[in-house]
Amino acid sequence: MKRRSLMKATALIMSLGMASGAAFAQDDEKVTIGVSIPSATHGFMGGLNWHAQDTINRLGEQYPNIEFVLSTAGDAAKQVNDIEDMMATRNIDGLVVLPFESEPLTAPVAAVKDAGKFVTVVDRGLSQEGIEDLYVAGDNTAFGRVAGEYFRDNLEAGSKIVVLRGIPTTLDNERVEAFQAALEGSEVEILDMQHGNWNRDDAFTVMQDYLSKYPEIDAVWAADDDMAIGVLEAISAAGRDEEMWVIGGAGMKEIVQRIMDGDPQLPVNVTYPPALISSAIEMTALNFVSNAPMTGRFIIGSQLITPDNAENFFYPDSPF
Amino acid sequence: MKKFDFHILGPLVALIALVILGALLNSAFLAPANITNVLARSAFIGIIAVGMTFVITAGGLDLSVGSMAAFLAGITIIAMNAALPEIGENWGTILIGMGVAILGGIIAGLVNGLLITQARIEPFIVTLGTMGIFRSLVTWLADGGTLSLEYGLRTLYRPVYYGGIGWITWPIIVFAIIAVLGEWTMRHSRFGRHVEAIGSNDRVARYSAIDVNRVKLLTYLLLGLLVGLATVLYVPRLGSASGSTGVLWELEAIAAVIIGGTALKGGRGRVWGTVIGVLILSLIDNILNLADLVSPYLNGAIQGVIIVLAVVLQREKRTADER
Repeated sequence: MKRRSLMKATALIMSLGMASGAAFAQDDEKVTIGVSIPSATHGFMGGLNWHAQDTINRLGEQYPNIEFVLSTAGDAAKQVNDIEDMMATRNIDGLVVLPFESEPLTAPVAAVKDAGKFVTVVDRGLSQEGIEDLYVAGDNTAFGRVAGEYFRDNLEAGSKIVVLRGIPTTLDNERVEAFQAALEGSEVEILDMQHGNWNRDDAFTVMQDYLSKYPEIDAVWAADDDMAIGVLEAISAAGRDEEMWVIGGAGMKEIVQRIMDGDPQLPVNVTYPPALISSAIEMTALNFVSNAPMTGRFIIGSQLITPDNAENFFYPDSPF
Repeated sequence: MKKFDFHILGPLVALIALVILGALLNSAFLAPANITNVLARSAFIGIIAVGMTFVITAGGLDLSVGSMAAFLAGITIIAMNAALPEIGENWGTILIGMGVAILGGIIAGLVNGLLITQARIEPFIVTLGTMGIFRSLVTWLADGGTLSLEYGLRTLYRPVYYGGIGWITWPIIVFAIIAVLGEWTMRHSRFGRHVEAIGSNDRVARYSAIDVNRVKLLTYLLLGLLVGLATVLYVPRLGSASGSTGVLWELEAIAAVIIGGTALKGGRGRVWGTVIGVLILSLIDNILNLADLVSPYLNGAIQGVIIVLAVVLQREKRTADER
């Protein structure tokens, strides 16, 4: 009995010693993680910037041995400079990067990888495969498909819809192709698809012209919540609120709020969470502080926000 | 008189051709609702472009107007939201917002103008700088997101964009008044003649006892005031401002001025031409949306071709006239 407790005590001391030893090691091995993202030029990126900052503050408190370097860039060239600076002056151990454009960022990020750093690429892939250790992205195909399926299942045969597209990019093409594929075989007719450039004012203008052009529109796929705001305003100015509903995307808080309130004009929304940057930063940090394997591809699904689950997607503090 | 006709003829022909084309392509084009839409959405750029006509005619340039509009919209919304608890949901609060927009516009124009006339920096550089400053400020104020006007105030303020006298909404009325006043000022006032004199040769203007710096400063001040006025009309449309508000408005305004027959090097201003230029730009967008003529990817190319054509048409007429 006595012996056992003695052993226990020894074990306790040993474990304490190990714990303090580990803590010591943590203090010793400072880890610096660089985070490079595009600057907040529109709603979605604003949300992404907010989530990045929020995650860095939280993780900084949780893991005092990890230091974060955050930089935001207005264009691809500036982002390349940022990454070079991080390598040269901050001696980063890991890099989380959301490439402004794929092509120009591929070589600089490959150079970071060649220097033996842990590289996490977010959302927009590089033009060459196999550079990054970890890839975290939203699912653009699912984003279009989930929306398309909702239109297919909730519109009667012969219904007419209009679509607003984003800025012409591969990302936009993937979404729209998946949307069309989901509608295939149904009797829902897409009247028109024009670019609203993920911008409220442009979407307002395009929707006004749709309303002049088509006497019958049953639903609108605005494909983005900023565009949805412009679209709703154009519809209400034309006094056709009763005629059609609108599906946006990405989960802006004002829109999620209206879904929670059961607005008949905004039945659902499809997520493309700007918080995906949080997943990426968190997983990169875990790579340095835990034994959990953190390499591979992590694709965040696009979910349907309905009045029932909207609360889970509501971030009142985020600017988006 | 004949000369005046020729200068205005090119853009006018282009405008009429566009209207006929639009009417042929889609019967909805000439519906009152569509005409209201096009005219009302031209009003922001139009009001700004009238001011820009004076700046360019005096040999200046202002690249900051788009960012300035976004910044003014931002501070207007912040001011109204802040005044709401004190003053309540009434027109008093909205008048404060309007005051902030107009006053802010005048101050912004004054800053541009003083830097150009007193610090003697090239207008291109000054306004390129303030363009970046205003754009960053609005993004910073909005925390990278969007500044939104409080819902009750929006409902109250909304009729300023959507309401009016029948089909003719307030933005159209204000645009028309500004256009008439602008044309009168350019043609018949001493200020207008001084602006043209400075633009054609500012040394001669100076020898003719014109206070060149004062007149130049006034053109930037006037433009700032008009940007403020455009903001007053813009805010009730969507009730929000963000970093992406008013992007490229400056180029649209400058393009409208040049299409309208004002010389980019200064000296000859055509306010009526500017109005036609603005309408041409809006109509191209509208027609491309109404008719599925080309892939939406090519919209920008079509716009470019029509802008260049409108100017070419006008240049040829002028050289023929001058010969």
